[in-house]
Amino acid sequence: MAFTNYILVCGGTGCESAKADQIYQNLLSAANAEGVHETVQIVKTGCFGFCEQGPIVKILPEDSFYVQVKPEDSEEIIKEHIVKGREVKRLLYDKSESKKHARVEDIQFYQKQFRIVLRNCGFINPENIDEYIARDGYAALEKVLFEMSSDAVIEELKKSGLRGRGGAGFPTWLKWNFTKQVDSEQKYIVCNADEGDPGAYMDRSTLEGDPHSILEAMAIAGFTCGADTGYIYIRAEYPLAIGRLKIAMEQARAYGLLGENILGSEFSFDIEIRLGAGAFVCGEETALLASLEGNRGMPWPRPPFPAVKGLWDKPTVINNVETWANVPMVILKGGEWFTQIGTEDSKGTKVFALTGKIRNSGLVEVPMGTTLREIIYDIGGGIANDKDFKAVQTGGPSGGMITKDYLDTPIDYKHLQGLGSMMGSGGMIVMDEDDCIVDVTKFYLGFTVDESCGKCSPCRVGGRTLYNTLDRITKGEGTMEDIDKMRSCGYAMQKASLCGLGQTAPNPIMSSLKYFEKEYLAHIKDRSCPSGRCKELISYFILADKCIGCTACARKCPVSAITGERRKIHLINQDLCIKCGICYEVCKFDAVYVG
Amino acid sequence: MAEQRDTEQITFSDELVKYIETWKHKPGNLIMILHRVQEEFRFVPREAADEVARILDVPLAKIYGVLTFYHYFKLTKPGKYNIQICLGTACYLKGADGLIEEIENLLGVSEGEVTEDEQFSFESVRCVGCCGLAPVLVIGDEVFGKLTKDQIPGIIAKYQ
Repeated sequence: MAFTNYILVCGGTGCESAKADQIYQNLLSAANAEGVHETVQIVKTGCFGFCEQGPIVKILPEDSFYVQVKPEDSEEIIKEHIVKGREVKRLLYDKSESKKHARVEDIQFYQKQFRIVLRNCGFINPENIDEYIARDGYAALEKVLFEMSSDAVIEELKKSGLRGRGGAGFPTWLKWNFTKQVDSEQKYIVCNADEGDPGAYMDRSTLEGDPHSILEAMAIAGFTCGADTGYIYIRAEYPLAIGRLKIAMEQARAYGLLGENILGSEFSFDIEIRLGAGAFVCGEETALLASLEGNRGMPWPRPPFPAVKGLWDKPTVINNVETWANVPMVILKGGEWFTQIGTEDSKGTKVFALTGKIRNSGLVEVPMGTTLREIIYDIGGGIANDKDFKAVQTGGPSGGMITKDYLDTPIDYKHLQGLGSMMGSGGMIVMDEDDCIVDVTKFYLGFTVDESCGKCSPCRVGGRTLYNTLDRITKGEGTMEDIDKMRSCGYAMQKASLCGLGQTAPNPIMSSLKYFEKEYLAHIKDRSCPSGRCKELISYFILADKCIGCTACARKCPVSAITGERRKIHLINQDLCIKCGICYEVCKFDAVYVG
Repeated sequence: MAEQRDTEQITFSDELVKYIETWKHKPGNLIMILHRVQEEFRFVPREAADEVARILDVPLAKIYGVLTFYHYFKLTKPGKYNIQICLGTACYLKGADGLIEEIENLLGVSEGEVTEDEQFSFESVRCVGCCGLAPVLVIGDEVFGKLTKDQIPGIIAKYQ
């Protein structure tokens, strides 16, 4: 019997963490119990992107978009929707309160998005190669093997203008061409899936939702550059993605799409998975290669570039997951098609992990040239809890902070760099009025100091110096000279560090000093933290005109610093107060004041 | 003469031995093998490192060089339940540091330490990748999202 309904359950990490697998299992057993298991196909897909509203369940052909589904809702979905054909209204995405949104195309979150990289995420079962093939999967590899020369592949990539999505934005065709031109018996293809940027999960979602696209792209590169071996270097912290990759590789081998004589051609290519072990610096390509070789992940000076002399000194093409995911589409639809998306110097789309103080956290893919405002307000729905926007940080610890004044900047490589930020891998973190810029900058520096491999002194010593200075400033011990010192130290790091980590580590400081100098001055001159975040600089008070003496704060205070009788004004003993903020949180009368 | 170090005997399971055998002659195998060792013991005991050094015929110093470089490898035994607090940027902005304080107060241990009864250990980790659920805490396979401080005692009580 043919299927009349399809239930797509999001199997991305966010939804899985919120018990999506249980929902999937419950749906299966409910379908069995109701006897509809032959007419409804239940599939676990990759990430839908709308993580804020997860777990997500979508039902076709009605295109019903259920959000925040719980395992116990499964039975109702089967009984009502599948058996009786009635949508479960209470689970539909309801944005405007007054109007029920049911269809995906009605949801504003998806309206400005354009999916190339995430084309299959949320559509196919990533553990079934047939579903990938049904959506033109491996057609690009076939085309390359039987209709194209390696020069033609390079030419197509060149025409497309595809640039690396992992950070610096190096033209992909050029990288491939370098490796192709080197005369060497052994060459390697490497996929950089060491996504260490805190607050970013684009690559993970791509691998979880569409693992075959990466395998296909790597095989295409193998054919083009003359390599027979590929490695996927992936974070050990991504078990779901690793598992799905393994399944995909097995299926591809069984179908003759990996291994000896692919599709009956002369070309042989296979891929192995190698695990990272939690070192951010290994996202830098030479450090990654050192790690692949089984060593400490320390970068080496370039040149020679890996494209010429890489893994075990052999020419190596190394691209990031998102770059790889674009390749089959470029081949299949042509470079010309790709150039129609994006801006003059940045073609195609970019995936961002939109998180922080945003209403709709999630994974978004937009054409290059989309403005920050469109992403934050139209797709992201604006700032959560009706707070004011303060800054957006792109590029993670290597990026910079961008202010309100620049929200209309189109996002592409050139513009972001011009603002002192960068594309980076695609983390986009939104901050609101409650976030202290100095504190967040310290957070980022703490991260890069932790992750510095220690090989070169500008990064090792400079990073620590900057961190210590920021630490003093957040404690109210900063001086005006610190500002200049941080600028010159940061500049030295940018110029003299060995690899991308050290060169970009000062970016959060440099950009925040540029756009938020006032906030630094408040910490230094006034010894105050305007956002009330830096503990050493704030005190909690009880406002006499607002306190009604409910005793809620006194009961919750972990150090008994609050005294006062019932129905009398309470008082905080500043000597005892540890500034944990619990009184502020529990007071229902806004009587606790931070200053 | 150097004193012979008393090394306690450690036994590798058959699966682990077999795994090492298949990887032994592959280039760049060390990290993969150490991952498998840690999977077996939940950390990499000194004796296991000795054994790996012997099997692969690489200096122990090289093994420790790798073990100490990467955050993922642990040199001390974690508690029965290892509590991980995500300190990715999204979680940090949404108050993960407050959760850390709360856990430290409740368990009486600092980050990286194990409680006396060896029930709990606690560490902060960098981005577990479900930023939509921030702030996030992970115990074993269980993920707790959108947390507030006052939910922590209840969660820990479930494991006590």
